[in-house]
Amino acid sequence: MKRLGVLKIIQSFGKRAMFYLPLMITCRQFEDFIIDYLEDDLPARQKMVFELHLKVCRECRDYLAAYKRATEVTTRVGKGPELNDELPAVPDDFVKAVLMARKQAK
Amino acid sequence: MSRGDEVSVEAFVRQHSPWMLSVARRILRDDAAAEDSVQEAFLNAFNNIDKFEGRSSLKTWLHRIVVNRCLMTLRSSKRKAEEQLDEFMPQFDSNGCRIEDPWPQLLSADKICEQKQLSKVVAENIDKLPEKYRIVLQLRDIEEFSTAEVAKQLDLSESNVKVRLHRARSALKQMLEPVLRGHL
Repeated sequence: MKRLGVLKIIQSFGKRAMFYLPLMITCRQFEDFIIDYLEDDLPARQKMVFELHLKVCRECRDYLAAYKRATEVTTRVGKGPELNDELPAVPDDFVKAVLMARKQAK
Repeated sequence: MSRGDEVSVEAFVRQHSPWMLSVARRILRDDAAAEDSVQEAFLNAFNNIDKFEGRSSLKTWLHRIVVNRCLMTLRSSKRKAEEQLDEFMPQFDSNGCRIEDPWPQLLSADKICEQKQLSKVVAENIDKLPEKYRIVLQLRDIEEFSTAEVAKQLDLSESNVKVRLHRARSALKQMLEPVLRGHL
């Protein structure tokens, strides 16, 4: 309850003025912290500052959620099919070429 | 296979070629170069099979070999002119406030992955990234190497990898917005 009160007070300053309060950063500064935050490389104090900004800034909250979702989807579908029976068949010529190259390299 | 039995060597090549070619095509975006790199990777593996200590799975060991071989191919190939990423970067106003349209609906990853042609759309957009950003995203987010491993593979500092990765992800987020908003 008390915490929510503090957030409301911070938000009541308006976005621009809010950045001048202690522990507050601009969205541009927040941007520079994103990758270290996601890699869990931020020192404790910077992490707290980052998360405080996240609580009071709708734009950065939306941005970060979409950024993380895009990354998750990229990882899930970026590999394409992975099982051998879903992958294109390997031409016999390719297998023969590998075996021939191995013989020549011996 | 370490004793060089022909039949088991051929079975080994047939078993591992499909996924190794798939990895090489993802990295090189060129079928002929991918086949050459996988062939080189197999020769490297045959020559070094005695050094395989079994600390990782055989597939993980082969994955590293084929990725390293592809990176050597990329280094020696002609580089495309580097396009700029600026148009896909986040926007800020003069006070440093982010400009971001509201997201009344951000689809779940499961819902997004149900969309037809998603793999194609993602691959096409990854291809639009300038090479130095694309390769970092490819290794970190798709081949799933750690940031430290990517730095070592590309001979970059970890902080440089993080900067490139963040710019690549930011651009991809912007490019994939219609998909994320369910407008595909």
